[in-house]
Formats: sequence, C-alpha cells, structure tokens
Amino acid sequence: MISLLYEILNTIRRNKMRTFLTGFAVAWGIFMLIVLLGSGNGLKNGFASNFGDRLMNVVQIWGGRTNIPYAGFQSGRRIALDEKDLQFTSAEFDKYVNLIAGNINFGTKTLSYGTEYLSSNLQGVSPNRIIIDGLKITQGNGRFINDLDIREKRKVIVISQRAKDILFNSETAIGKNVNFDGIIYTVVGVYYIEDRQDAVGSYIPLSTSQTIYNRGIKISNFAFTLNENIYDKATNDEFMNSYRKRIAQVHQVSPEDDNAIWYGNRFESYLQMANISKFINIAVWIIGIFTLLSGIVGVSNIMLITVRERTREFGIRKSIGASPFSILKLVIVESIFITTIFGYIGLVCGVGITEFASQFFEPSSAGRNSFNAFLNPTVDINVAVQATLLLIIAGTLAGFFPALKAVQIKTIEALNNK
Amino acid sequence: MPTIIKLENINKTYYNGSPLHVLKGIDLEIHEGEFVSIMGASGSGKSTLLNILGILDNYDTGEYYLNNVLIKNLSETRAAYFRNKLIGFVFQSFNLISFKNALENVALPLYYQKTGRKTRNKIALEYLDRLGLKEWAYHMPNELSGGQKQRVAIARALISKPQIILADEPTGALDSKTSVEVLDLLKKVNETGMTMIIVTHESGIANQTNKIIRLKDGIIESIDDNSEHNFSSFGFQNIK
Repeated sequence: MISLLYEILNTIRRNKMRTFLTGFAVAWGIFMLIVLLGSGNGLKNGFASNFGDRLMNVVQIWGGRTNIPYAGFQSGRRIALDEKDLQFTSAEFDKYVNLIAGNINFGTKTLSYGTEYLSSNLQGVSPNRIIIDGLKITQGNGRFINDLDIREKRKVIVISQRAKDILFNSETAIGKNVNFDGIIYTVVGVYYIEDRQDAVGSYIPLSTSQTIYNRGIKISNFAFTLNENIYDKATNDEFMNSYRKRIAQVHQVSPEDDNAIWYGNRFESYLQMANISKFINIAVWIIGIFTLLSGIVGVSNIMLITVRERTREFGIRKSIGASPFSILKLVIVESIFITTIFGYIGLVCGVGITEFASQFFEPSSAGRNSFNAFLNPTVDINVAVQATLLLIIAGTLAGFFPALKAVQIKTIEALNNK
Repeated sequence: MPTIIKLENINKTYYNGSPLHVLKGIDLEIHEGEFVSIMGASGSGKSTLLNILGILDNYDTGEYYLNNVLIKNLSETRAAYFRNKLIGFVFQSFNLISFKNALENVALPLYYQKTGRKTRNKIALEYLDRLGLKEWAYHMPNELSGGQKQRVAIARALISKPQIILADEPTGALDSKTSVEVLDLLKKVNETGMTMIIVTHESGIANQTNKIIRLKDGIIESIDDNSEHNFSSFGFQNIK
C-alpha cells in the first residue's frame, strides 16, 4: 500500500497540470455548493430571526375606535376590551385556542432603585405571558409572575436584564424593592429575550395592576395561542373570520369595521415566511444539485481524458508485468487521493468564507423594529461533508469505468495507442 | 540445451473487416541460450509472432509452450505474471514511461514483483551502471538520446532476470552507429546465456544472430543456421 502511494505521488508530482485540473473541478464544485447553500441559509436565517423566540401561532387583539356607525352607535366610539373577552374566547373557541393572556399596558414611566433610574414600559400580565412573549429566565434569576401572585395581588415585578444591569449593576436584584412611578414593587425575576438584549419592559401581575390603577376588569389587549387545528392559511383564515364576527357581535361593532378592533396574527406572517423559506430552499437545492452535477461532469471529463491519455502507459505497465487489477487500483486510488484532498480544500475554503461572511451579518440589536435580511450564512457541516463524499464517489466512478475499459484493451493494442 | 519455446501449428486470424489469416500454422522450437532473428517483409506476420511469443497477443489454434508451460487462453493477470517472470521486452519505440526518470523506468518490473522501493532502485542503478548510464539515471526519457533510451529499455528488460528477451526492431529507430552499439549489447546479454529473439527486416542485423527464421505470408519459409555470420540480403553467400 505504501509502495502504491509512492507510485501515485510520483505520478501526481510529474503530472501537475492534470492533477490540478481534476482537483480544481472538485474543489470548485464543493466550494460553490457550500457558498450557495450558505447564502440560502443566510436568507432563510435572516427571515427566521425576525420572529425570534416569540411564538409563531399567537393572535393579539387590541381595542380601537369605530369607523362605521353600527347598532345605533355613532362612529368614533372607543372599544375597550375586558376579561369577558377572554372568557368567551376560551369558552367558544376552545377547539382552536390554547393559552390565553390578558394584558394591561401602562405606558413608559420611570423605574428607579436608589439613585439609579431608567424609563421602562410597565404591563400587567398573566403568568402565561412568559410563553407568548418568548421571555427567558435563567437559573438564579428568579421567576416570572405566577398564579399565587395573581390570586394574592402581590406587588411583585419582573424586570429585564438590561434594567437590572442599569439599576443594580452587579448586585443581585431578586428581593430588592424598586420604584415604578411612585409605587414600590419587589423584584422576583430578571428576564431576557434572545434577540432583543436591550428590552427594558417590566411585568407585574394583572390582578395587582387592575387593583392599583383601578382598572376593574378592563384590559388593554390580550393574546392567545392557536393549537394544531390551525395549520395552514385556509384554516387560519376561516378561524379569523369567525372570530372577528363573534368579537364584533360582543362589542356591538360592524363586522366590516377594521378600525374598531385590531388584530395581529403572527401565524399569517409566519406562513408567509415559511413559504418564502420553502421557496429559497427549493431554489437553493435545485441550483446546488446542478452545481454538484457540473462538478461531477467536470471531474468525469478529466478522468475520462486522463485515462485515455494513459492507455499507452497502461500498455507498457502490463507488458512488464502489471496485472489489470493493479492498474485499476492505481487509477482508483489516485482518483480518490486527488478528489479527497481537493474536496477537503474546497470544503475548508467554502466553510471558511461562509464563516467569514457571517461575521458581517451579526444579528441586529436595534430592537423590535429592526429587520435582518441576511443572517448566519453557514452550512450544516454534515451537508458539506456529504456533498464532498458524493463528489469523491462520483470522481472515483468517473475514473473507474474508463479505467476498466482501458485495462480490458489488449496489451499490444494499448502499446500501439499513440 | 533444453527447449524454452515450442510452437505447434500456431494459427492467428485478425478480424478487422475482412478476415486476415496472418499466421498459417507455425511450428518452431527455440532452445535455451539461442540468439535468433525472425525476418520477413512487412505483413509476413513476424510482429504478430513476436507478440504471441511475448503473450501480448493471443492465438486461435495450436499450442505454445513457454518453459514447458502451455500458454493458452490465459487470464490477463496470469499473462502479466508470466511476462513479468519470464520475458523481457525491447521495443522499437522504447516504450519508456515519459513521466518517470531512467531509474524509475528500469525499476518498474521490480515494483510489480513487490520489491521494496529502496532495493529496486539500488538494483536498477546497478543495471544502469552496467550499461554505462549511471550519470543519466535521474534524467527523464525526453532528455536521453535514442541509443540511451534503448539501453534504458534493455536494462528494464534485464532487471527481472527473464528467461528470454524479445526485441521488436530494437534498432529500427536508431542511426547505424547506435544500432551497432545496441546490437553489441544484445549480443553480450546473449553470451551470458539468455535466450534472445530479435524481429527485424534488416539483413545486417539478422546476420549478427546465430539462427535466422524467415517468415513469408504467415508460414516459415526457412530456418537457417547462421553461426558463421555470412548471411546477406540476397541469401547465403557461398564463399569458397
């Protein structure tokens, strides 16, 4: 085997152009494939990142002002949501609705601790808000609002990591009292959001906020998650239609009035994104397969020519005692040797350039309104390795069949091949 | 001297378009250590005969014994084994591998005998030295003259210590001066006891050998003893 490798290394060293051409076809094919798949992934990741960790199947409802006079009311009437909306939603639409959470927004006021302060938005929420908003609380950073807080109307608050850093610096925040617009709350948890490190909103129990701010059963907005019965555009549209009709009836507004009640349906945009992702995926794979094919054709061509060129050499080798198998082995091992080394080079270059490029597409930290068009344009290393293996196998087969043919040529004819 | 080559009624037909009956029943016996030339006009079948003797080509009917082994319908692998062990070739066009230097070309038969790289390079250098090509050992074939190339080819044929050397027009591509040198070399090799068969159409070359086999239209016309070396292109001269 070592003897064979010496023989092959010698051949490669003396036939640099041929080796380079074969190797270049392989390396280039793999390189292009990885760059292409990486770009596709970058586009896809960019879209996906705009949704972050928030749940995809969330519907949000806000009260607005009527635009159309209806049922004896004039237009311009303010629609206020309240807990009855939560009740009818969970009772009548339980076939589609999973979690449901009311929410009161108190706007942005001053949150302070000692001499440190910042502006923070405050919301009264129910415990399942943590899921709907995709909040994370790590070990040692306390907890979110829980059912006991709601029942006992505790004056507790969950603040963001950024607010904690500003107010407490490196001290622990849990158990400390903070002041929000003149009212004292005890910090029970510090949350963060993966793609919005700068979030400063604070959360208190919904029941507490209703009592302190004297809101009765009124809420600013509410959100609910859809279950697996909503799975495509058709089921989503159908659900939204019947839900809009029902909530319009409850609040006595025209079903045609788009301004009376506002909806945000993330599932709709999620479906759009999923469609775009699917399209990018298909496009990338089609182009990728053709890139790989052209690489295979390139390698095959060179192998074919190489073997033809070497027919006489094979004849000479056979005349001095080379068995057909030994010549086949020579061609195959050389082909594997070249394609593996250059495939690896292409792989490293491709992965290198995608990793390099991904440095330039850091996730935007500008908050909710930022948009990432391109993010993390890298390739799953398994896909890259599989593609390289495929090309190595293709290159080997491409060398194998012409070599088999060349070996079967009678020695004397191979010798006379000019 | 024991028989090394024995042909019995060898027939060979080529089927390229119309069938061409090239060898029409060849009977021949060559003994160990003989120095034989095969002569004939082009198309007489002399190259075909040599190819069959070298197991480079197969034959249709008859029997060919090489070293008392029947050479018939061998697999390529088996044929390669016999070529490697028993036969050394010297070709008109040298047939050196262009991307290997002289030393590597000479050492190649030993590679196929699974001799280690260092050993075979050492032996190859010895053979090149014996043929006066030591300084040229690391030169590529295209840096060598025709005579040097043929000497490299002879070294390659000798390195596996074969039973017979088959030379197909070994001086065909060389000038007359070099031809003489190469032929002297082959003669010397024969004097060490190695059987030597040369195919040629040059009577001058044939006259150096000890036995001349004349082929005509696929049959043996004559086998003449030439140990006196008094053969001319017009036949044997009667020097009285």
